[in-house]
Amino acid sequence: MSERPVVQLIDVRKSYGAQQVLKGVNLAIMEGKTTVIVGGSGQGKSQIIKHILGLVRPDSGSVMVFGKEISRVSMRELKEIRTNFGVLFQNAALFDSMTVFDNVALPLRERTKMPEEEIAKVVNEKLAMMDVEGTNDKYPAQLSGGMRKRVGLARALVLDPKIIFFDEPTTGLDVAKSNEIYRVFSRTQTQLGYTAVIVSHDVPKIFKLADYVALLHDGVIQACLTPEEFQLSDDPVIKEFVETTMGPLYSSEMEV
Amino acid sequence: MLGIFDRIGSATLYYINEVGRMGIFLFHSLVSIIRPPYKVWPVIRQVYIIGTLSIFVILFTGAFTGMVLGLQGYHTLSKFGAEGLLGSAVALSLIRELGPVLAALMVTGRAGSAICAEIGVMRISEQIDALDCMAIDPHKYIMAPKFVAGIISLPLLTAIFDVIGILGGYLVGVGLLGANEGTYFSSMYKDVEFNDVYMGFMKSLCFGLLIIWICSSKGFFVHLTKGGGFGAEGVSRVTTNAVVLSSVSILLFDYFLTSILL
Repeated sequence: MSERPVVQLIDVRKSYGAQQVLKGVNLAIMEGKTTVIVGGSGQGKSQIIKHILGLVRPDSGSVMVFGKEISRVSMRELKEIRTNFGVLFQNAALFDSMTVFDNVALPLRERTKMPEEEIAKVVNEKLAMMDVEGTNDKYPAQLSGGMRKRVGLARALVLDPKIIFFDEPTTGLDVAKSNEIYRVFSRTQTQLGYTAVIVSHDVPKIFKLADYVALLHDGVIQACLTPEEFQLSDDPVIKEFVETTMGPLYSSEMEV
Repeated sequence: MLGIFDRIGSATLYYINEVGRMGIFLFHSLVSIIRPPYKVWPVIRQVYIIGTLSIFVILFTGAFTGMVLGLQGYHTLSKFGAEGLLGSAVALSLIRELGPVLAALMVTGRAGSAICAEIGVMRISEQIDALDCMAIDPHKYIMAPKFVAGIISLPLLTAIFDVIGILGGYLVGVGLLGANEGTYFSSMYKDVEFNDVYMGFMKSLCFGLLIIWICSSKGFFVHLTKGGGFGAEGVSRVTTNAVVLSSVSILLFDYFLTSILL
């Protein structure tokens, strides 16, 4: 099957005051694939996601989602495009005054006319898929960081979206919890076949999930390559990133 | 020298921007009230939070306002031998002015600050972004029930304030100072007209809208606040701003509404 882009960023530029965060970002997200955006802290990785979600408008350039320029569509069209999105925010962004069940049920209650019994069935199914069944009546503050992320993922997946965005899904979690999130992610993607965009610092572990890795450096996507190509790239910026995050491939002298 | 103009210019632009986005916010919120679906339960919940939970403070302040009016009124009117007008003086002051204004100030302090902080926290913890991304309109989901509840609650709280205030005035004027019981109520019955009640009602309605508008929009735009609006400090600063601005606006609008409705 030929790959086609569902999201395209073309020469996207964005400044906040005097600080230019994105300096001409070009990126294509392929349908059904997992694209991981990596890069140093404060480079504007989350900004790319916010542009695609239509939460931030670019100063110039265009963001095409399903062939539509997201900064130029009407509110109604934007809402319609967003029905295809599922987002797992960095801190899960669960509604803290609602129980876990109500959090996951919210998109179903607000966007569908599903009867309450069916909503309960779908919510319990999704919570079981994330291994957090039995937490229905708890509030987000009563959950651990890993559980909150999994509930966030359950909420993001509850309407079977076409594209899922993960903003640093494992930040603040220990290795075991990160592995759990990856395991859940990998399993759900196999089951549901969604397109995924992941912003992550967790290199090299995140490469195992990626079909494509894009490096954001100095406000520009340096390259979008498969994990193998990325690790073997001769591009000096990518090479430096790989060596800094994974260590020199053939020498350990620098790792002191 | 150029620096001063620069600062004045950027401050002017900032405040024009703020007024603009608050205006658009109000428009979106009011439109979302009219747009279906209409959910009753969230409105009832907000009426409970804004209205029911404010009853105690309204009863308390209403009673003491009426009592002090009774006290002051009796002593002032007795100088002219006009104690008989105590009932109508207390009732008119409460119904036309003090009831709507003081009830609104109390609700601003109790419920307005809570609304601003709640929405501000939702903004900085990305809960409002999450709603947007789920294609759920935050205006419809969060703001509309609060606006409707504010418009319902304020007139009711004002009515409670007025009644308790009149009884407070009775307690002091008649009970403690010995004004005539019959005249207290009959002068009130004679002098209070429908127009007075209408004026109080319209004021409380406008103040209800004003409080919810200012407090919720301040919280909603906490991230755009000048001088860094993020974190707990950002929310606390914006909450203080919201309470101050609401209180000042209530007094300002009170003058204009009175001049229009008189």
